[in-house]
Amino acid sequence: MATTRERVEETQDQTIESPERYRSLWSDVWRQFRRHKGAMVGLVLLLVIMFGSYVGPLIYPLDPFAIDTSQASLTPSLDHPMGTDNLGRDVMARVMVGGRISLSVGIAAMIVGVVIGTVVGILSGFFSKLDGILMRGTDMFLALPILPLLLVIIMLFRDPLREAFGPELGIFILVVSIIGITSWMQTARVVRGDVLALKEQEFVLAAHSIGSRKRSVVFRHIFPNVLSPVMVAAALGVAIAIITESALSFLGLGFPSDFPTWGRLLFDAQGYITITPMRVLWPGILISLTVISVNFIGDGLRDALDPKLRSQ
Amino acid sequence: MKRIKWLALFAVLALVLAACGDGDDGAADTTEGATATTEATTDTTEAPDTGGMAGQGGALTLLQWQAASTLNPLLSGGTKELLAASLILEPLAEYDPAGNLVAVLAADVPTVADDLLSVTWTLKEGVTWSDGSAFTADDVVFTYEYCTQTADCTQSGFFTGITSVEAVDATTVTITFETETPFPYNAFVTYQSPILQKAQFENCVGTDAVACTDENFGPIGTGPYMVNDFKVNDTALYDYNPNYRGAEDGKPFFGTVLIKGGGDAEASARSVLELGEADYGWNLQVDPVVLANMEDTGIGVVLAGFASNVERLMINQTDPDPDLGDQRSEPGTTHPFLTDPAVYQALSMAINRQELVDVGYGFAGSPTCNVWPGAPYASTANDACLVQDIDGANALLDEAGYLDTDGDGIREDPDTGDPLFVLYQTSTNAVRQSNQDLVKSYWAQIGVDTELKNIDASVFFGGDQASPDTYQVFYSDIEMYTNGAGSPDPQTYMSNWTTDQVISPSANFGGGNIPRYSSAEYDALYLELTTTGDLDRRIEIVKELNDLVIQAGAMIPLIWRGSVSAFANSIGGVGDLNAWDSEYWNVEDWTRSE
Amino acid sequence: MGRYIIRRTLFAIPTLIVISFVIFAILDLAPGDPTASLPLTIPPEVREKIREALGFNDPFLVSWLKWLYQMMIVEPINLIEQMFNITIGDSENRVRIISWSSKAPVVDTIIERIPQTLWVLGLAFILGVMIAIPVGVISAYKQYSVFDNVGTFVTMVGYSVPTFFTGLLAIVVFSVWLGWFPSFYDTTLVVNSWETLVLQFKQMIMPVAVLALFNAAALSRFTRSSMLDNLNEDYVRTARSKGLNENKVLVTHVLRNSLIPVVTLIALQIPGVFAGAIITEQIFRINGLGQLLISAIQGADVPMVQTLTFLFAVLIVVFNLLADITYGLLDPRIRYE
Repeated sequence: MATTRERVEETQDQTIESPERYRSLWSDVWRQFRRHKGAMVGLVLLLVIMFGSYVGPLIYPLDPFAIDTSQASLTPSLDHPMGTDNLGRDVMARVMVGGRISLSVGIAAMIVGVVIGTVVGILSGFFSKLDGILMRGTDMFLALPILPLLLVIIMLFRDPLREAFGPELGIFILVVSIIGITSWMQTARVVRGDVLALKEQEFVLAAHSIGSRKRSVVFRHIFPNVLSPVMVAAALGVAIAIITESALSFLGLGFPSDFPTWGRLLFDAQGYITITPMRVLWPGILISLTVISVNFIGDGLRDALDPKLRSQ
Repeated sequence: MKRIKWLALFAVLALVLAACGDGDDGAADTTEGATATTEATTDTTEAPDTGGMAGQGGALTLLQWQAASTLNPLLSGGTKELLAASLILEPLAEYDPAGNLVAVLAADVPTVADDLLSVTWTLKEGVTWSDGSAFTADDVVFTYEYCTQTADCTQSGFFTGITSVEAVDATTVTITFETETPFPYNAFVTYQSPILQKAQFENCVGTDAVACTDENFGPIGTGPYMVNDFKVNDTALYDYNPNYRGAEDGKPFFGTVLIKGGGDAEASARSVLELGEADYGWNLQVDPVVLANMEDTGIGVVLAGFASNVERLMINQTDPDPDLGDQRSEPGTTHPFLTDPAVYQALSMAINRQELVDVGYGFAGSPTCNVWPGAPYASTANDACLVQDIDGANALLDEAGYLDTDGDGIREDPDTGDPLFVLYQTSTNAVRQSNQDLVKSYWAQIGVDTELKNIDASVFFGGDQASPDTYQVFYSDIEMYTNGAGSPDPQTYMSNWTTDQVISPSANFGGGNIPRYSSAEYDALYLELTTTGDLDRRIEIVKELNDLVIQAGAMIPLIWRGSVSAFANSIGGVGDLNAWDSEYWNVEDWTRSE
Repeated sequence: MGRYIIRRTLFAIPTLIVISFVIFAILDLAPGDPTASLPLTIPPEVREKIREALGFNDPFLVSWLKWLYQMMIVEPINLIEQMFNITIGDSENRVRIISWSSKAPVVDTIIERIPQTLWVLGLAFILGVMIAIPVGVISAYKQYSVFDNVGTFVTMVGYSVPTFFTGLLAIVVFSVWLGWFPSFYDTTLVVNSWETLVLQFKQMIMPVAVLALFNAAALSRFTRSSMLDNLNEDYVRTARSKGLNENKVLVTHVLRNSLIPVVTLIALQIPGVFAGAIITEQIFRINGLGQLLISAIQGADVPMVQTLTFLFAVLIVVFNLLADITYGLLDPRIRYE
């Protein structure tokens, strides 16, 4: 029984040293991942959505910003597959452009959040001296009122960022960093919990007892073993980021009104739900589908990365 | 161990149950109180029955999606609180929907003394407060003292320029002014300046005002209703006032009124127009197509009332360039191109105002080219702007030398070579954002590049000196919002373009001249207005002032905006929607028919 | 363990004071203004006077210390007084935390709002937990079975679809089209008869269902993954090979160990549930704490925002403490020294 664990530890220790074995671990993961139906469907779906968002606007002929009030609030037709909004703009064109922004925000913010969360979680779980301070810091971040915080951050940094990067990139950086720095805490706590448990396990104790340096223990033993919660956290992170971005747009704090994102489109459309329901449904469905796909991919990764499950 | 595992859960459960239990008890208490008062009142109202008994009509439900935070209007000044208090408290006189003054607690509407320095009000005989005590001139004087001695009084603007308010006898009050005041109807007029009961608020003056929670949440009034229960920012429940002076005629019809807050404009509209959950919905700034669609259900109707509110573009006369540092948007600097007549005229000509109305306001708005939109003060000199003229605007810019020299579709300033680029800000609001999008598209057609910015209303309309995003600080080229006069007389409102009122971001706080427009001609003419009593001449002056502002391009008017509210079809006796005063100004006449 | 609890509890106090300071500093920097909601017709001089009277222009440190004193000393005393109907010291002249917009004591307003928030959120939360744990456990135990696949998919959908979308759809379908449930929550409703109980049930069903689905989805996913981790542990195999019956293995070994992180998550989620109330309460028009916070932020009512966010902070700190203590009690491998 215990041989499984030993074998895995052995594999992981060697993977870092030899590049060939490293690649074979990942191809192993990929093999396992492909067996997860949900994850594969999610991956395909996500690729389709990403293709539609990033490449779609280049192919699709209609301009998402062209206003024509004589074409306002049309139901779907051949000319406008998703209908038009109250200013006569084509909803499909807007949904595609919106997806580009929403996905980019989601991915970028997730990376920020997960990196901070993992670092804090590992440091806090592994080094008991840092634990108190870092966890109180995490508590504080969790306890902070996000809304007024956002108001302040936007007030303080919108102008300088706009000056530095232009209105679009400026607000993008702002929104991404706001979501990132307000969403890392759960990851940190989960990672810390795992690290606390790992720390007491035999192989870590063994590594300590043979005189491994702390840094190598962290990188060789702790980090690979928290990878699966981190992956899951990353998947959830994209979801949370996309939803947070929608909520921000709702409060008028996100992107400006001429800068459609799925959240913004959904909130602009909610008043028209009985007249042009497609305007509400499409962004809502796409947000949901993207999040579902990402979550399934997270599930697949989790199973594929888990050595215990893989060996079964 | 097993027990401990569920400990956290049980703790939560206990917490929830305990709190729920408390809530029930509290609510039950208030109901008992309510029934008690109702019983007590039915005893006293065995009055002669002419038009049916007062309070026979059951419950009236009013939706105010922004609920009142207090019922003392002198401590709040927000429309939502003023409205909620207007069921209880009354002024001496109020405006009807047409903008005519109607006496309420006064016997009639007096005229100003010949020297324009005082006005004398005679009070209606036999008016009592809801507690049965008599309403006298002392209450009027007390209200003046209350507001002028209490720093928290938001309505002290209604008493500026007054040297004294004196009770000549129990039913006569004389107001004396510092300077000539041709229009004396500010103090004690409209629901914004109602009268408090001296006996109740005597100990609540000055710094004590804020601590008088019971008084502020349950003022005793002379109006048709009195407070039964009040929950901050949530609900206000009223019973009819059996001592109301109309009680003998069966007024008010409704026995109880509930003002319910929460949600947003669109949800309120749906409640009244589609679901029939409420009788009235306030301030429904919702896309007209959506409103019309809801109205088609056939159980309610949408009304609009017009005062003097104009959705406008303010054109920054000063330079908002951040490189200027502390000189940014300061009087003394000049905008690089927006003060050029060719530019601001072209910007105005390019706008299709009717389209803005159709998209955002429907029948609750109409295109206007004036600072003062309504008769009798509206000018006709600027009406050319009502028709969009892209070609004309392009020709004007071509002629003035603003050409697109680098072929990017944006014109360049011939003096500096910089592209015509404007930053255009407004508050966050769906209708404003759709109008912003449209205006941006018009200006793109005349080669002007626009960046849009929207700011949360609590910041944009706030006066925080530290914030770069308020409408007063005006760190953008153009900004859009609505403003209008507080009364049908334009004098106070027209002061917003005088040189004394010019805002300077570096000064502690400025006046109301947002675009920093300054003209000696305007100032002189305004001075004349403040000393002219003759109405015809006043109308003439206001029109001239209006034309000066428009032709100098300090403001591009867009839409004359009405207030929009919805009523259930079963509610009768409302008449026109009152935009000059409380929308509940005639609530005692409202009835329900089946 | 006892010493650990005492130490953590003592440590919570300075933490909370620091948090209150940070919140206060943020609010002080925030660009809002309490006079912003007043009509534009009110002149700037009057606005300045109002701001002065509210203490808006007071130095930051002065107003923070004043608030801290009121929050830590005046309000608890007042609460005790009201609870036991007694008078302690000079209660007449004790200045409580006063809201800038209503001019009423902040704590009274908050107490007024707690019932509706707890009714809806509490019920949704309990319901969510009650659905999530069995679903998560069975899903994991029968991994890749039909139940697991359906359960995983449903919880995934429940977790992925944002509540503002499901809430919006629920209102349109059940209030507008079908007319089954009211679209706004009546806080004046008093449950004292069968009919009013039905009404109360009707107005709660949509928000509770939407929130419970969301809570259950997140939690059952977590329960499942935690169960899966443990099901493959050596001790489970040992237990099975000892010949223990499957139920006993599942309940005493796997479930107990798997629920350790789940209990932590539940404790951690409770404050989050209050925060999540903001959007739900807006959509279903429940005048609860979330709505109070939003309107206070919009009105730049600093004392109200400060007190509410501080109470949220207290909740978080307390439940974190609770989570860590239960974690320590339940998992003997975790040692606090």
